[in-house]
Amino acid sequence: MIYEHSRAGRRAMAQAPSEKVELAGIPDAMLRTSLPPLPEVSEMQAVRHFTRLSQKNFSIDTQFYPLGSCTMKYNPRACNTLASLPGMLSRHPLAPETHSQGFMACLYELQDILKTVTGMHAVSLTPAAGAQGEFAGVAMIRAYHDARGDKERSEILVPDAAHGTNPASAVMCGYKAREIPTGSDGDIDIEALKSALGPQTAGIMLTNPSTVGVFERRIKEIADLVHAAGGLLYYDGANLNAILGKVRPGDMGFDVIHMNLHKTFSTPHGGGGPGAGPVGVSKRLEPYLPIPMVDFDGNDYRWLTERDRPDSIGRLSAFAGNAGVLIRAYIYARLLGREGMHRVSEYSTLNANYLLKRLMEAGFDAAYPERRASHEFILTLKKQAKELGVNTMDFAKRLLDYGVHAPTTYFPLLVPECLLVEPTETEAKEDLDRFVEIMQTIKQEAESQPEMVKQAPHTMPVRRLDDVRAARELDLAWKPGD
Amino acid sequence: MSNTPTDRRYAKSHEWLKDEGDGSFTVGITDHAQGLLGDLVFVELPEIGTAVEAGNDCAVVESVKAASDVYSPVTGEVIAVNEALDGAPETINEDAFGKGWMFKVKAADAGESDSLLDAAGYDALVAEEE
Repeated sequence: MIYEHSRAGRRAMAQAPSEKVELAGIPDAMLRTSLPPLPEVSEMQAVRHFTRLSQKNFSIDTQFYPLGSCTMKYNPRACNTLASLPGMLSRHPLAPETHSQGFMACLYELQDILKTVTGMHAVSLTPAAGAQGEFAGVAMIRAYHDARGDKERSEILVPDAAHGTNPASAVMCGYKAREIPTGSDGDIDIEALKSALGPQTAGIMLTNPSTVGVFERRIKEIADLVHAAGGLLYYDGANLNAILGKVRPGDMGFDVIHMNLHKTFSTPHGGGGPGAGPVGVSKRLEPYLPIPMVDFDGNDYRWLTERDRPDSIGRLSAFAGNAGVLIRAYIYARLLGREGMHRVSEYSTLNANYLLKRLMEAGFDAAYPERRASHEFILTLKKQAKELGVNTMDFAKRLLDYGVHAPTTYFPLLVPECLLVEPTETEAKEDLDRFVEIMQTIKQEAESQPEMVKQAPHTMPVRRLDDVRAARELDLAWKPGD
Repeated sequence: MSNTPTDRRYAKSHEWLKDEGDGSFTVGITDHAQGLLGDLVFVELPEIGTAVEAGNDCAVVESVKAASDVYSPVTGEVIAVNEALDGAPETINEDAFGKGWMFKVKAADAGESDSLLDAAGYDALVAEEE
């Protein structure tokens, strides 16, 4: 902690205000009477402290990082460089349309690109993150039913493998979430779906490929069943990386989709943001898209607002979403081009299937051995946990000792001792092979010296953290002397 | 050897239900369930007086791995909750079938519990899931 370096009176003048700050107009009661408890360190101490912290980090710039697009895939440097051009970076959000034509042209073209990639009828870029995109999507489902006077619909169906945000978004929009089980082959249980559908069904939220890493094969049948019951289909874009340029949610029969541009379209967002969660819709939901959107009359770009779109579910933030993320996504899409977009899904899927096959040959159990993987796959270390007492968390911690960031552990919840691996499209074969070798080595270690594996990591700056105690005795405001 | 007590019944969603003989039932999660969840860090109990419906969620157990709903195996009214769990969720890890009980329900229909599994049936379910 930087507070541990603090000594009274030390200063880093670079950050100090150069002029006296005007405090007039702030009520006395709201002015603080004591100085805030900031660390007192020199500039160099601060630089060293944060540089050391960064060196202790695992990152995609230094290590194999099989969390994949689920958390953060490799983001080409060009996207960030171009999005950081002064004209983009310094544009004021209240700048008039006449001064923003270049920026708005990028957004307009991005709307078009996303429409083409997803097969949807119209797109709004404004949701500021995936969860807000989900909220906007379900709110549009609600607006659609309400506008038709179809007010008895009260349930959103959600598979048990879904991201936790799906039922949360449904509830945020006033619906009840109803769970649909997943069959042992990884596909949704169609019979359970049939019995859950009815006049109370507002819609279903699906991720395809699903969170268990397989493509929902009966998607057409699911779409027909839900539509026949009067419900709408929501596509969670979490796994869009697997199908870019190959299959389009619009063609599968989906009515709404949200895309996580910060995952699939090149923004480093590990650490919590910012994101961008644009929504695309079928024709019947188009009037309800959130505003603002960008329109082009052949000459000029302009904002579409409440005046143009009276049935819109409204604004989700003060301006047009997270502009920086949208610009990065635009550049990423333009760099790939229409011709290159499908290579993302081809290589990410090829890499995942190669890795899965090799790990199965090395004696690991796939959760769905009969299924082809999408851009990610699930191993279950149930056998190792039962026979050797070495569980998924132990494997994950031991991977750190070998310089590999652990894949996602214990998600999705329905697979016991679950390891969710997503190598992404940018990993070289040598790096995939190295991961297999390391996993084999850890497997042998688990057999010959399980206690050592259970105490991993051994070479990291900190040993295994007591996450149970941290959760039970949560302290978010620790300071020296506590 | 199974340690599943034979003096109570079990839901497929891994809750146990014990008939207290006075129309009330004690509910908790099974030892198998706590094992799957791992070290619990938080328990959310229903409020006394809450009407619960069989199969509906009415409590939450949270471990470092996952948060999981707990479903009431019977319909009725919550008449007591195990306040000792507040601040000591590990009690469920240590003694799921005893001190780790979660709440008591005054059942609307005492016969409803007959449709639940007995100890042997629950053990078979666990064996099948594994």
